Amino acid sequence: MPVLEGKELRIVGFLCNWCSYGGADTAGVGRFAQPTDLRIIKLPCTGRVNPLFVVRAFLNGADGVLVSGCHPGDCHYTAGNYYARRRLEVLRELLDVMGINPERFHYTWVSASEGQKWKQVVSDFTARIHALGPAATFTGCPAVTGQIGAAVEIGGIGETGETGMKAAG
Amino acid sequence: MNIGVFVCHCGSNIAGTVDTEQVAAAARRFPDVAFATDTMYACSEPGQAGIIQAIHEYGLDGIVVASCTPRMHEATFRKTLERAGINKYLFEMANIREHVSWIGKDKKANTNKATDLVQMAVAKLRNNSELHAGEFEINKRVMVIGGGVAGIQAALDCADGGLQVILVERESTIGGKMAKLDKTFPTVDCSSCILGPRMVDVAQHPNITLYAMSEVESVNGFVGNFDVSIRKKATYVDWDACTGCGQCMEKCPSKKAEDRFNEGVGTTTAINIPFPQAIPKKAVIDPQACIMLTKGKCGACAKLCPTQAIRFEQRDELVQEQVGAIIAATGYDLFDHTLYGEYGGGRYPDVITSIQYERLLSASGPTGGHIKRPSDGKEPRNIVFIQCVGSRDPSVNRPYCSGFCCMYTAKQAILTKDHIPDSQSYVFYMDIRSPGKLYDEFTRRAMEEYGARYIRGRVSTIQPRNGHYVVKGADTIMGSQVEIDADLVVLAVGAEAAKGAGALAEKLRISYDGYGFFMEGHPKLKPVETNTAGVYLAGSCQGPKDIPASVAQGSAAASKVQALFSKDKLASDPQVSGVAMQRCVGCGKCESTCPFGAIEMTEFRGMPKASVVETVCQGCGVCAVTCPQGAIQLQHFTDNQILAEVNALCPY
Ligand SMILES: Cc1cc2nc3c(=O)[nH]c(=O)nc-3n(C[C@H](O)[C@H](O)[C@H](O)COP(=O)(O)OP(=O)(O)OC[C@H]3O[C@@H](n4cnc5c(N)ncnc54)[C@H](O)[C@@H]3O)c2cc1C
Ligand code: SF4
Ligand code: SF4
Repeated sequence: MPVLEGKELRIVGFLCNWCSYGGADTAGVGRFAQPTDLRIIKLPCTGRVNPLFVVRAFLNGADGVLVSGCHPGDCHYTAGNYYARRRLEVLRELLDVMGINPERFHYTWVSASEGQKWKQVVSDFTARIHALGPAATFTGCPAVTGQIGAAVEIGGIGETGETGMKAAG
Repeated sequence: MNIGVFVCHCGSNIAGTVDTEQVAAAARRFPDVAFATDTMYACSEPGQAGIIQAIHEYGLDGIVVASCTPRMHEATFRKTLERAGINKYLFEMANIREHVSWIGKDKKANTNKATDLVQMAVAKLRNNSELHAGEFEINKRVMVIGGGVAGIQAALDCADGGLQVILVERESTIGGKMAKLDKTFPTVDCSSCILGPRMVDVAQHPNITLYAMSEVESVNGFVGNFDVSIRKKATYVDWDACTGCGQCMEKCPSKKAEDRFNEGVGTTTAINIPFPQAIPKKAVIDPQACIMLTKGKCGACAKLCPTQAIRFEQRDELVQEQVGAIIAATGYDLFDHTLYGEYGGGRYPDVITSIQYERLLSASGPTGGHIKRPSDGKEPRNIVFIQCVGSRDPSVNRPYCSGFCCMYTAKQAILTKDHIPDSQSYVFYMDIRSPGKLYDEFTRRAMEEYGARYIRGRVSTIQPRNGHYVVKGADTIMGSQVEIDADLVVLAVGAEAAKGAGALAEKLRISYDGYGFFMEGHPKLKPVETNTAGVYLAGSCQGPKDIPASVAQGSAAASKVQALFSKDKLASDPQVSGVAMQRCVGCGKCESTCPFGAIEMTEFRGMPKASVVETVCQGCGVCAVTCPQGAIQLQHFTDNQILAEVNALCPY
């Protein structure tokens, strides 16, 4: 499905199962109205978020990426979100270099009971992305269109190379 | 893959704001989708029958259900797949209720979003592989940590059910707070008369091994197979020899030791048996107070002990135990009232805590059950009770209600009148919280039958005057200031997490809240489970609870353990990490990042390789991101699966 013309932008969320996904559920149960742009990918833990997933989303045309997990100290796996925090901090530093506006990326902590907070996070982040407008495309970039093979072999994400970092198209 | 998609109406919950028919129609165009339909209630019996029928009719081998959150019904639908004879991990859910229909009213946007979510689920599912749960043996022994009334109940229920129980208590006797209480609400029956026999049962039960003066040092392993190390703290007495005769206490010259059992009302001897009904009834030397241990001379007890049980050279000892399940029942501690300057900050001898007052009321207490003022030993006439000391007060970071203080204050007011018929009790309260069978009637009795004067409002200061205390406060019902001349003030101190609760939670790998209370698996549906398989909770370690509630939880936790142990083998969760041997370069990065120590470095044809201990792996996926080779992958959340979702969503 293409994004709703003139109405929505493409926002991808990576949420941990235990806290933030639960928080988003709690917001739903509470019928807390939210903008409709965000699409959520459920992961066990923010520690499962490879920063390259975020990069891949941007390269593929996302206008914003949001990561959310358990509050520091509350990780279901004790330390996963600490790993996430370090990795995502480094990612944030690097986005600029890659030609991605770091404002388009945000990570935060929302617990399973914080439905109201989740609504706020989604509303604020969506408003921020709308203020920035649609992201510039990378379609002219050879690494994205798959013209240079070497550049796509980014360590750690290739797995067996079926989908991996090989760009679609 | 032949994928079937089922888009649920959930009555009008989803269909009200999502065009489910259109979503199903769109799904038919997604790759590998062989069948798609909308359905009224996917989770209902006919809904599930429809899924099974479609699986057979269209030869489906992968299913997407677009309905509510997977946290609700993933398990339900996985069972449906099993019943239809296909692998239950070839299943994905799209959450179009909590994340779509309930949070937006724009039907066009919702339908579009729901379609996206279905497309993502299909894309992920195409990369799913069949997973099969393994089986492993379980050790049917259980460890209960904390020997308060909750832990005692849990231990006895497990032991009566035929399980071997290890009970670990950090004090020298079990019983917890209840052992210190005089009588209990709402029946005003004698605490030690009902608890004492249960304590004796623990001591005599052939299935219970009791480690008193012990704490859990470390916990390794996983459900069914925990390895526990227990620190038996030095007591300086050989408990095998000690008969609990108590002769040592009579001759001990060090009489100023802290009396922890009596909550600091008075002092005790350096060698001590806390109370006559203690279980185990064994002497312990307080190393801070013992003259022999601090100055190197004395040894009066050693000379006197008829069984020669004294061991000044004793040291802590570590013992290992293997168990299959753990029940945490470590209870609570009481708020430190000295933080309240307006109540004297602990400087006034006759401003005492509620638990100290219990010791004064108790016939086995330091005053033989006579209410005497600590300062001069005189019997008080006017007694002021102040409720909510360290409860419902955000200024001291205790915004929660401790639950049982309203009730025990009413009890103490009643008992005061019984002890001193011409006394007058005053109770300062914020609200009376007495929801429970016969509870409200009980607080009323304190007021109506026993004449306790209840004043709604807070106390602003307590000032000593001529051996009395002037208690000043507000009466918010009358809208006036009140001043009461008190002989004794009793502070209803609130409950807080037991000391060291956080450290223990970390050893057990269970969560705890911002106040240190342990977190249950679900606030409504899993009250005694935790999010760590095989670890359960009972009593006030989870939050303040009175005795009936603590006992109920002790039994509930025991029955959970019995249910767990009703099988001989447990199925392991296959959603764990696995290493692709050819890709692994043996760098060991995953081993050092895994929070659970689930990765071992092994050797394969002379090369170091990582290998995942499947029963230890909790499936967080931290390792998968760490591996520079992409060699270690979390099953069901592989890079390919997640990227397929990203690509479905951001397609260019
Ligand atoms: C003044 C007062 C009066 C009360 N009166 C009543 C009443 O009349 N009726 C009523 O229903 N309730 C009453 N209560 C509440 C009652 O005390 C609790 O409901 C009850 O004690 C809870 O039992 P528990 O086993 O959960 O915790 P606890 O009684 O606190 O027991 C916990 C046990 O675990 C041990 N422990 C703690 N940490 C560790 C560790 N790390 N390792 C090993 N062991 C550990 C402790 O030493 C203790 O033995 C009263 C409370 C107070 C303060
Ligand atoms: S998924 Fe988590 S628990 Fe399992 S091996 Fe990897 S890091 Fe350890
Ligand atoms: S991080 Fe990857 S390559 Fe390194 S040992 Fe672990 S699985 Fe092997």
